[in-house]
Amino acid sequence: MAKRVISFKLNGVDRDELVLDNMTMVDFLRKQMHLTGTKRGCEEGECGACTILLDGKAVTSCTMLAVEADGHEIVTIEGVRKDGVLHPIQKEFIDKWALQCGFCTPGMIMSAISLLNENPNPTEHEIRDGIAGNLCRCTGYVKIVEAIASAAKIMAKEVAK
Amino acid sequence: MSLPAFDYVKAGSLQEASQLAKEKAGKAVIMAGGTDVILLLKDRVIAADTVIDIKGIEGLNEIAYKEGEGFRIGALVTLFELQSSEVIKEKLPALADAAHYVASAQIRRKGTMVGNICNASPSADTAPILLAMNAVVKVVNGEEKKDIPIGEFFKGVKKTALQPGDIVTGVFIPELKKNEGSAYFKHAVRKAMDLAIVGVGAWVKMDGGKVADCRITMGGVGITPLRAYNAEKILIGNAITEELLEQAGVAASQECKPISDVRASAEYRTDMIRVYTKRAVKKAVETLA
Repeated sequence: MAKRVISFKLNGVDRDELVLDNMTMVDFLRKQMHLTGTKRGCEEGECGACTILLDGKAVTSCTMLAVEADGHEIVTIEGVRKDGVLHPIQKEFIDKWALQCGFCTPGMIMSAISLLNENPNPTEHEIRDGIAGNLCRCTGYVKIVEAIASAAKIMAKEVAK
Repeated sequence: MSLPAFDYVKAGSLQEASQLAKEKAGKAVIMAGGTDVILLLKDRVIAADTVIDIKGIEGLNEIAYKEGEGFRIGALVTLFELQSSEVIKEKLPALADAAHYVASAQIRRKGTMVGNICNASPSADTAPILLAMNAVVKVVNGEEKKDIPIGEFFKGVKKTALQPGDIVTGVFIPELKKNEGSAYFKHAVRKAMDLAIVGVGAWVKMDGGKVADCRITMGGVGITPLRAYNAEKILIGNAITEELLEQAGVAASQECKPISDVRASAEYRTDMIRVYTKRAVKKAVETLA
């Protein structure tokens, strides 16, 4: 089976890794890198549980080959906390009770990070559109939308400082 | 589900991709965003021993607009880039709408419009609007270049006019001239992720309150996207009234060939074609350039 070495940045660290050509990114992260925060859900790009950042943009890692990361930057939920400090979106998810079982949460947070990068001041509709590719079967989404809206305000204040 | 064994090749040029695809005729698959290709490989719908990634090829990632002519959308332009493009939102909003309708933000950030049409799903959201706009698919095969009119591109479910070695480099879309307008509507159960129950595209050219010319296109109601020729004939030469729109809607619903499946019955699809034909034509007329 064909393999190759890819060079990429993972959660801020430069890496060279030997990967199988036919390995999906989600399997590579979980099985080879032991980063199990990225969840394996539907495996067909429907549920969003495996969402990661590829060059800062949220994509589903089940519809991506590991080899595609060559020369690019990947961030998973494990790379979101900086120097022991939670990202404002993570903090608001906790404070607003935006999670129950937690399975969708990593993907939901990655989508929220990407959304707020692209659109720092989203309307409620834009937040819902931004997380439409992330299924949550517990919360009914209300608390998740509130947490993202609240994080957007906090992040805007931080930027203004 | 795991992927079958294959060799991954990152092509450095169109010629390299084309030559390899030709040598491996039927055994190679071209991948851009990969959001459809990877799933088709997982599901064993495509049997390929070679995956040719074209993302490293330069010059395919532009949305170019030339005044007086139109748009050229490169093969690597993502659906997300299209939905967010200022020039597309201003000059061809129906295409931005169609791109936005596809799947989720995560899929749209990786998936491309060209991939959407090459996958040739009958319910592909960008197909009806490209058909309504009379787009042209730009293809390279080795040293040869060819143009395939979008009306001749779709040949069946997951089947296109592409031959081994053909690489789609982009799509040309004529711009909307004065007194022309277009629209695309998707009808689905969910607003995101879902495939269309029906999709209807429309392009109209008005002349002094009357329809001078038009194209009405339907997705999800046949093995390929379809033109509603009879509905177009009803509209051409006449002023738009509720009654005329209803007649055109009925004609379109008689021209579509839907199946019943998990999303909707054939009867429901037929009636939704009537409803959405009216809405699409109305919106196209309201948004004249």
